[in-house]
Amino acid sequence: MIEKNITIANESGLHARPASEFVRFIKPFDAKISLVKGEKTVNAKSILHVLSLSLKQGDICTVQVDGTQEEEVLEKIETFLAELKD
Amino acid sequence: MEILKGIGASSGIALGPVYIYEKPEIYIGTEVIAPGETERETEKYLGAVEKSKQQISIIAKATEQNMGVESAKIFHAHLDIAEDPAIEESVLDKIRTEHKNAMQALWETKEEFCALLQDAEDEYFRDRAFDVADVCERILCNLAGVVPATLQHLPDAVIVVAEDLTPSVTATMDREKVLAFVTEIGGKTAHSAIMARTLEIPAIVGLGGAREKLASGGMIIADGNTGQIRLNPDPDTIAAYEKQKEVLLQEKAVLRELLDKDPVTQDGKRVELCANIGSPKDVEAVLANNGEGIGLFRTEFLYMDSSRFPTEEEQFDAYKRVVQDMAGRPVIIRTLDIGGDKTLPYFTFPSELNPFLGYRAIRMCLDMPEIFKTQLRALLRASAYGKLLIMLPMIISLEEFRAAKVILEECKGELSAQDITFDEEIAIGIMVETPAAVLMADEFAKEVDFFSIGTNDLTQYTLAVDRGNETISSLFSSYHPAVLRAIKMVIDAAHREGKFVGMCGEFAGDEQAVPLLLGMGLDEFSVSASSLLRVKKIIRNWDYTRAVDLAEAALRLKTAAEVETFLGQQTD
Repeated sequence: MIEKNITIANESGLHARPASEFVRFIKPFDAKISLVKGEKTVNAKSILHVLSLSLKQGDICTVQVDGTQEEEVLEKIETFLAELKD
Repeated sequence: MEILKGIGASSGIALGPVYIYEKPEIYIGTEVIAPGETERETEKYLGAVEKSKQQISIIAKATEQNMGVESAKIFHAHLDIAEDPAIEESVLDKIRTEHKNAMQALWETKEEFCALLQDAEDEYFRDRAFDVADVCERILCNLAGVVPATLQHLPDAVIVVAEDLTPSVTATMDREKVLAFVTEIGGKTAHSAIMARTLEIPAIVGLGGAREKLASGGMIIADGNTGQIRLNPDPDTIAAYEKQKEVLLQEKAVLRELLDKDPVTQDGKRVELCANIGSPKDVEAVLANNGEGIGLFRTEFLYMDSSRFPTEEEQFDAYKRVVQDMAGRPVIIRTLDIGGDKTLPYFTFPSELNPFLGYRAIRMCLDMPEIFKTQLRALLRASAYGKLLIMLPMIISLEEFRAAKVILEECKGELSAQDITFDEEIAIGIMVETPAAVLMADEFAKEVDFFSIGTNDLTQYTLAVDRGNETISSLFSSYHPAVLRAIKMVIDAAHREGKFVGMCGEFAGDEQAVPLLLGMGLDEFSVSASSLLRVKKIIRNWDYTRAVDLAEAALRLKTAAEVETFLGQQTD
């Protein structure tokens, strides 16, 4: 398992449409992907879990990847979040 | 006669007997399952989820057909919830490690998730709790072998009274028999209220204790405008109600009589009356109201409801269908108008401070000619099947128009080389929605085939007022003399070159604005299908010469308020 701290960049955060787009992007990866914020760790493939973190612009969350091609997957997630639009 | 008061959420008045709707009761046992049965219980749960997903898909499809893509979106969100791995994980965990039965496991999971969501500060988040409850209750019904709640089979025409109506119940109810509905909870923005407005069924929401208070049955009058309910109305009230209903029906009948009449003024000035559509399915309503053409076909749906840029074939099919259905009547199709507030799930837009002034519409198309060409080729191919006109959005300069035309000529060349037929004389026009296009209208008029004025954006850009910003919404008015003068400039510039001018913004369907636009010389009004007959009635009641005088007087006024007061004094 590898992990990295990532800052949420888009204006409305992981909310509504951006959150759905994020989950749709995450689902196909053959790995267990989690988001950690404070004490909460959630399944990044669940829209309800992702929403429950209510990540806002500027929030830092830890992305954990556990599975195959971890480095590559983490890198893709990082790019996706950096480019995510409202 | 007792009167109850709730919140009017969908206008209209109905008189009918009360029908109390209760959700089906499901018994949730607490019995623990034997360790050997966990697999069976898991299978049972997954089977019920699968069945629920099928039911939701059917509802989504039917809703899309009956009420449009927008109304169906909620059910796609429901499918996401039904498939949500966190719910599944929680349920399966309770079955496997706590040996709970599937129903109890799901019930507890539902409660946990709803509690999590309901505590949120954010409204968007709290609304998801209703969706989770709706989906989970459906799965519970399927687990229990109970038919999920519907209002599909009603004995008679009734007024439905319920604690709350879920989107799935509202979308599938028998529209012939539900005269109105009343709910105890929910507000004006609840999904059921929005659907009621789409279906044009009167609705009252937020009437606490409605089921108990109306339990005795009997007749009630539900007024969706005021939110009032009259219990057991006396004969006088019923008579007054019947009269009011009669007036409404008469108005409808008067409009229906205009169906086969032309949009022509008393003194014989003929204009064209067309409709705006957002997808091929909307054509039906246009034909039902005898629209003379399509003044604006927005093509964004092809791009937004997809996971990638639509192919030439997909686009060709959609355009051809509309052109064929309209059988020779003109169809103006606008090229991709994305960006601003509309984005695509599969395309990353640049981060911008002012998206409405940024990378959007024609700017994007000229920047990505391959994507633009795919659309132009599809449009050209469809032009062989009827009368198709191409319209370019957000134009600010002749260079843009000329560049687009060069690309169009390239596409024509390619198609000719491949022996594919298309309309060689296809008309190409621009949407006038920027002050730049207005000020240059006399030059544009020499090169384009037609103009269509998009009043929503033209107002936004002329007044520098963000139309989505509620704080300054009072400043947004198409009656502002600057906007009216801009419209007049465009019409005059086009007419000097013998070109026609349409209007496809909301202003064209504004009852007060119609005589004004008529008097300014507008050639074509393009409005929503449901407004076609209303606008036709106004045009037929007016004299063109009188409308010209009206427009001249209105154009001399100095403020939006003066214009509105002046127009308000006119009668048709």
